[in-house]
Amino acid sequence: MPRTLFDKIWDAHLVARRGDGRDLIYIDRHVLHELHAPHAFEQLQKQHREVRRPDLTFSMQDHTVATMPGRDESSNPSGTAFIRAMREGSRRNGIRLFDIDDPEQGISHVVAPELGMVLPGATHAVPDSHASTVGGVGALAFGCGTSELAHILATQVMALTRPKRMLIRLEGRLRAHVGAKDVALRIIGELGVSGARGHVVEYAGAAVRAMSIEARMTLCNLNIEMGGRSGFVAPDESTLSWLAGRPFAPSGEMWDRALAHWCTLKSDAGAEFDREYLLDCATLEPQITWGTDPSQVVGIRGRVPDPAKAEPAHRAAFESALAYMGLEPGMAVAGLPVQRVFIGSCTNSRLADLETAASVVRGRRVADGVVAIVVPGSTSVKRAAEAAGLDRVFRDAGFSWGESGCSMCAGGNGDRGAPGERCVSTTNRNFEHRQGPRVRTHLASPETAAASALAGRIADVRQIASALA
Amino acid sequence: MQPFTTHTGIAVPVLVDDMNTDQIAPVAAMRNLKPDYKALLFMRARRRDDGSEDPEFVLNKPQFRNPGILVAGHNFGAGSSREAAVWGMPANNIRVIVARSFADIYRENCLQNGLLPIVLAPQDAEAFEQRVVSVNGAAPFTVDLPAQRITGADGCDIGFEIASADRTRLLEGLDNIGLTLKHAHEIASWEQRTAIEQPWLQSAADSRSARP
Repeated sequence: MPRTLFDKIWDAHLVARRGDGRDLIYIDRHVLHELHAPHAFEQLQKQHREVRRPDLTFSMQDHTVATMPGRDESSNPSGTAFIRAMREGSRRNGIRLFDIDDPEQGISHVVAPELGMVLPGATHAVPDSHASTVGGVGALAFGCGTSELAHILATQVMALTRPKRMLIRLEGRLRAHVGAKDVALRIIGELGVSGARGHVVEYAGAAVRAMSIEARMTLCNLNIEMGGRSGFVAPDESTLSWLAGRPFAPSGEMWDRALAHWCTLKSDAGAEFDREYLLDCATLEPQITWGTDPSQVVGIRGRVPDPAKAEPAHRAAFESALAYMGLEPGMAVAGLPVQRVFIGSCTNSRLADLETAASVVRGRRVADGVVAIVVPGSTSVKRAAEAAGLDRVFRDAGFSWGESGCSMCAGGNGDRGAPGERCVSTTNRNFEHRQGPRVRTHLASPETAAASALAGRIADVRQIASALA
Repeated sequence: MQPFTTHTGIAVPVLVDDMNTDQIAPVAAMRNLKPDYKALLFMRARRRDDGSEDPEFVLNKPQFRNPGILVAGHNFGAGSSREAAVWGMPANNIRVIVARSFADIYRENCLQNGLLPIVLAPQDAEAFEQRVVSVNGAAPFTVDLPAQRITGADGCDIGFEIASADRTRLLEGLDNIGLTLKHAHEIASWEQRTAIEQPWLQSAADSRSARP
């Protein structure tokens, strides 16, 4: 019987059926961060339990680290206890830590694939809802809470009920200045914030095949914003050449063996999915959110919707979102004045993201009155960007250039906007107060964010690009 | 984990859809390793901009100050996987959440902490929500897990379904890690087999530090 790639990975990692009927799924790589791991370390210590496979586990300092140049563990005072507890817990349990001053420190979802810790057909867990970012390299990744994190540390498996399968086919060729972020936001706009609940999504189709691995990670990153349990892209030649030579990936003869296996990782023809969804990407415009969840999104030339014309189930949420965002029905989204622009986060902070943003910014200036910030996703990304001169491009334009971390995505490190500010952000959640009390967040691509910083208003990057041409 | 059999308490209606974990437990309330989980629950909604209590927020109303059961809309607990959004519930004596549906990770986090997540059949959900709103905190409801029923004032008696695995785990207060470690032998066998068949999965060495 034809099987989906999800079924193949699941079945290959099925260790046992537990007494209560749950499947025990082996976790090949477990990546921790300091906001949640200290509580799990403490729990294990109290229970006198050991970490089963410290050699398959990695620790990152990302959520609470300051991003100012010259930072240390004290720069964000509320992060210090987390950073120290992470350091101590990792040491005690023999887990390799990428500490705040490590040359490869960064956001877990950026660092793990970048160093080749995550592999096609492998399972991966992170105590963070954006775990499935690494689905971009063909891994099956699950986000979880703190108790499950402790459970994985002690057992190296997750106890799960088998999710349903969903296929999202993305066809057509993306137009210039339209990228994975725009595609993902449009999908969430169509399916809603719980549209993939209970499902593992396989992204396929010509538009996905044409995407870089970084872009696929952006696509898979946003899977949780429609409630998906996980999301991935089957590996192909792009994936394998992207992975080759990365330090934690297999090498030599082992690489050849792994490669032979990875080439078989695809859904069989005729494999059945519980749901399928098709999006033609050929006419897609850059997207930007207008509201307070990621499904409240329009094309950059679109207008704020009228709650009176919305489906009854959405009316109250639309009204509340408009009030928070300070918008009126029918307003054009493009042209709204912005006071802050943030380029970063596990969604859009890889080198490719910074390159596209820099190509918009190069030789231009951030508008007066706009605070514009770039925070690379990892210290390696930062170094590579600096080697390519991208930091100069951003700085010359008036952007600040930070040290790596999660930063303004959730504000866990104290980076946040001022009350009432309108912020164009390349992050993943435009929830109320997430980027600071009363901050109004509009999610968009790095290019749209860059263009908006230059214009001082929400801007269509294609207009700025054509002015340059 | 504390076993769950029955729980009696005031049912508080928070009937909005897509309530996310940033709303339930904002990151701003998690700035130290041992935050006040009682105060953190719905912290943002509880207070006005000037820091004073918002009397309009349902959990601030006198009749809902000591709730036992939270009644919510669709997709409750969306967004971040932070478990503090669950820990804030028992800290406020809430041990049951009745929602139209739950976000996947949030539901898992509930089960990990002995919280009972209930999804009623749609027509029952509507009737129960109306009942909760009309009772308005004047009388408690009792959730009986062995009987799988919610009972309360005016003859309210509604049945609910829950996966038997989840029911057993809650009833017996089973230690999740302990349950899994009964399969330690199978975990070890899987590792041994995989180390031969797909050795790259069982090794995550940094090739730069490999010794010849």
